[in-house]
Amino acid sequence: MGFSGKQLMGVGIFLFVIFIGVPLIIAATGRWDFYYTLTSVALLAIASAGVWLTFYIGRINIGQGAFALIGAYVSAILVVKAGWSFWISLPAAGLFAALVAILIGLPILRLRGVYFAMITLVLTQVATLTALALPITNGAKGISSIPLPSGVSIFGIPLIPDFSSMENTKLAFYITACILMIVTYAALYRLVNSRLGHLCRSMQQNEELASSIGVNISYIRIVIFAISSFFGGIGGAMFGSIAQSVYPSSFQVADSVNFMLNCFLGGLGYVFGPMLGTLVLYFGWDLLFEFGKYQMLIYSTILILLIRFLPNGLLSLSIGKGDKK
Amino acid sequence: MSPLIQVKNVTKKYGGLTANNDISFDVAENEILSVIGPNGAGKSTLFKMISSFVPTTSGEVLYRGERISNLKPHIVARKGVVRTFQETTIFKSMTVRESVVVAQHLRAKASLAGYFWGSKAAKEDVDAFGKYADELLEFLGMSPISNEQASNLPQGSLRALGIAIGLATDPKVLLLDEPFAGMNHDETMQMVDLVRSVRDERGVTVMLVEHDMPAVMNISDRIVVLNFGEKIAEGTPSEIQNNEKVIEAYLGSVDDEIGM
Ligand SMILES: Nc1ncnc2c1ncn2[C@@H]1O[C@H](COP(=O)(O)OP(=O)(O)OP(=O)(O)O)[C@@H](O)[C@H]1O
Ligand SMILES: [Mg+2]
Repeated sequence: MGFSGKQLMGVGIFLFVIFIGVPLIIAATGRWDFYYTLTSVALLAIASAGVWLTFYIGRINIGQGAFALIGAYVSAILVVKAGWSFWISLPAAGLFAALVAILIGLPILRLRGVYFAMITLVLTQVATLTALALPITNGAKGISSIPLPSGVSIFGIPLIPDFSSMENTKLAFYITACILMIVTYAALYRLVNSRLGHLCRSMQQNEELASSIGVNISYIRIVIFAISSFFGGIGGAMFGSIAQSVYPSSFQVADSVNFMLNCFLGGLGYVFGPMLGTLVLYFGWDLLFEFGKYQMLIYSTILILLIRFLPNGLLSLSIGKGDKK
Repeated sequence: MSPLIQVKNVTKKYGGLTANNDISFDVAENEILSVIGPNGAGKSTLFKMISSFVPTTSGEVLYRGERISNLKPHIVARKGVVRTFQETTIFKSMTVRESVVVAQHLRAKASLAGYFWGSKAAKEDVDAFGKYADELLEFLGMSPISNEQASNLPQGSLRALGIAIGLATDPKVLLLDEPFAGMNHDETMQMVDLVRSVRDERGVTVMLVEHDMPAVMNISDRIVVLNFGEKIAEGTPSEIQNNEKVIEAYLGSVDDEIGM
C-alpha cells in the first residue's frame, strides 16, 4: 500500500512518543500514576474503535460497555476459575463478545437510526443485570484478586515475562495496552481501506443502492458488529486484568455513552478520530476536576459547543478532507 | 428460444390496495421492453418485485427458468438482474469513479480477508476494477466528471451515474426506472442511444419504465401497458399506439398524455 512520506513520519513520531517519550517524561517527573491514566486511555480507545466501526455502517452504537463487561468477565472467569493463561483468555474474551454480538445483532441490526441506538443503550444495563444474576459471575461481589498475567514462553524462549515478578507492572501494562491499541488501529485502517471498508461506506450512504449492486448488507452488518464487539471485549478484558477485579458496575451506561462521544469528538470521518477523542475527553474530564460540582456542567457545555461548531470532529481542524482516511 | 424473464401471474397487495393484479408477460434475451402506464399504475412495484426488493403477494418471476422473486435483492443482483431507482439514489459522498469501482465488487476474485491482508488476487482485482471503471465511464461519456463528488452533480448526470452503477455490476438484465426523468430533449435522445448501445454492445437485456412517450416509442422493441395495477396491453410500439384501451387509459388520466 502506498504510504506517503508524511504519513510514515507521522507514524514514526507517534511510536517514538508512546514508547520512548512518555516513559522518559514520567521517569523525569516521577508521575508514575500517569501510566495508569494513559493505559486507560489506550484501552478505552480500543473499545471506541469498535464503536467507530459501527458508525461506519451507519449505526449509532451506545452499547459498547456491554461488550467490554462481557470481555472482562470472560477473561476473569477463564483465568480464575479455569486456570487459563491471561494471554489466551484475552482473544477468547474478544471472540466471546463477538459471538454475543452476532446473536444480538441478528435481530437488532435491522433497526436503523434512533431505534438501533435505543436498543444498544439498553444492552449495557442488561449486561450489568445479567452479571448480577448469574452464579458464574459471582453476583454483586464480582470477581476479585484476579492474578496478574503470567509469563509466556515458546520452546523455552520467554516471549512475555511474568507480570507478577515485575517491579514495574504499570509500565508493563502501559506497553501492552499501547501495543494492543496500535494493532487495533492498524487493523481498523486496513479494514477501512480494503474492500470490506468500501462496502461499508456504500451501505452507510445508501443501503438500498448497496443491495441493488449485490452487497449482502445484513451479512456485512453482522460481521462489522462482531468485529466492533471484539474490540470491546479485548479492551474490557485488559481493564479487568489491570484492575485485577471485575464487578457488574465495571462498565456502565455512562461508559457506553463516552465510547460514542469519543468517536464524535475525534471525528467519524477519520480512522484515528476515536483515539484522539478518547485522549481529549479523558484528560478534559480530569482537568475540569478542579471545578468541583461544576465539573459536569462545564464538561457538557464544552462538548455541546464542540459538536455544534466542529461537527466533523477535532481531526477536521488539522487534516484536509480525506487525507488520512 | 425460451424467454429470459418470465413474469407469471404476479400480484402485489398493499393492504386493501392492489398495486399489481395478476400480471404476466415474457422478456426475450437482448430485448428492450418498456413498461408504461399512468402515475400509480404499479410500474415501479413490478420492477421491485422482479428485483426482489419487495415480495410478491402471489405469482412468481423466473429468470432463465429459475425463480428470482421473493428472494433478497443482493441474491438477485448476483444472478445478474439489477435495478436502478426512480428517485435519485446514489452514494452521495463518493466520486463517480469510486461509485463505479465499488459497484464491481461482485466480480471480485479475492476474498474479503484477501483484501485485508493485501493478497495478490486482491491487488489484481483493484487494478481490474479501476481499469474497467475508466472504460465504462468512457463508454458512457462520463470521463470528464469521473472525479466529481456525486452530491455535486446536476440532475441529468445523476441519472447517468445511477445507470453507470447498475452497469458496473455487469448485469444480464438491467431494470431502469424512469432513466430519462428530468432530462431535456437532447439529453434524452443521447440517453436513448446509450441504452441501445448497452444492449447492442454489451448484450444487456433492458427493461425500462418511462413516461417520455417519444423516447419509449423510439427505443422499445415491445411495450407492456399497466393501468390501475392491471396489464391492459402488450405489443410493439405501433400496436400500442393504436390500441383503444391504451388511448382510453391515457385520455382518462389527467396528468399524462400519450405523445405520439
Ligand atoms: N410501500 C407501499 N405501501 C403502500 N402502498 C404502496 C407502496 N408502494 C406503492 N404503493 C402504491 O401502489 C400503487 C402503485 O405504485 P407504483 O409506485 O408502483 O406506481 P408507478 O406506476 O411506479 O407510479 P409513478 O409513475 O408515479 O412512478 C400506488 O397507488 C402506490 O401508492
Ligand atoms: Mg414509479
